[in-house]
Amino acid sequence: MNISWYLPVSAIVFSLGVAGVIARRNPLVVLLCLELMLNGGNLALVAFARMWGNGDGQILALVVMTVAACEVAIGLGMIVALYRQKIPVDVDELRELQG
Amino acid sequence: MSAVIFFIAAIGAIAGATGVVFIRDPFFSVLSLVGHLLCLAALFLLLRAEFVAAVQVVVYAGAVMVLYVFVVAYVGGEEASLSERLRGSGTVGQGLRAGAVVVGVALLIELMIALLGTGLKAIHTKGAPYVPGPHAYGTPAYIGTLLLTRFLLAFEIASFLLLIAAVGAVVLAGRMHDHPDRAQAQVRA
Repeated sequence: MNISWYLPVSAIVFSLGVAGVIARRNPLVVLLCLELMLNGGNLALVAFARMWGNGDGQILALVVMTVAACEVAIGLGMIVALYRQKIPVDVDELRELQG
Repeated sequence: MSAVIFFIAAIGAIAGATGVVFIRDPFFSVLSLVGHLLCLAALFLLLRAEFVAAVQVVVYAGAVMVLYVFVVAYVGGEEASLSERLRGSGTVGQGLRAGAVVVGVALLIELMIALLGTGLKAIHTKGAPYVPGPHAYGTPAYIGTLLLTRFLLAFEIASFLLLIAAVGAVVLAGRMHDHPDRAQAQVRA
């Protein structure tokens, strides 16, 4: 398989993630779509690493996974905190997120 | 053989991503993302990124998705009625949805022009030569050597970032003891 076949897949996954982040209202699904965008980037990174034959791209993909895990922990913590405060879990209702 | 696996995994990954965006129930969105991640791990294996594929399955599709399922089970119940109420009122949601389709398609076209139009000839190769062995490209030994020598700073920063995120998640989601309905929480407990 040529490396170039992997890049359209990563572009499609990334675009789907962008559309989902804008369209969906549930913050849980918005976080899932952020994961999609990060995964699209990861696939491109690993493909380029394979093309050059050195591991830098794979290390960067692992760092991206770490950042994604941190983002999930913080984001889900915020969603649980919102739910505890009886604030509706919906991004359209969260325009005035102060205090 | 690798072409067959590639097309199966690529179609699975794209179908999983489509499911995440279009399925209404958040629980099935999470399950769809798990399928997407497994297909992506197969693609990583095809690209000789064995350690990254293993981390993807164990950490991402395992641990992180379990966290998602727990939070969906805890929070997700009220979503349907709320979204129905919002769908009845206001055109902001509809406008955003149309805008999302426009932005997504425009971004996809732009990326495809960039990939297929210009850069693709340079990377239309099978990649660098690969020699199997215990310390070959992409194995845990290879990645570990890189992480502890050349990318030591990135490794340490990533571990520190994980610590900060863990503390932050506990602070955000932990019970606040000076909260007004503390009595109610105690009654429930």
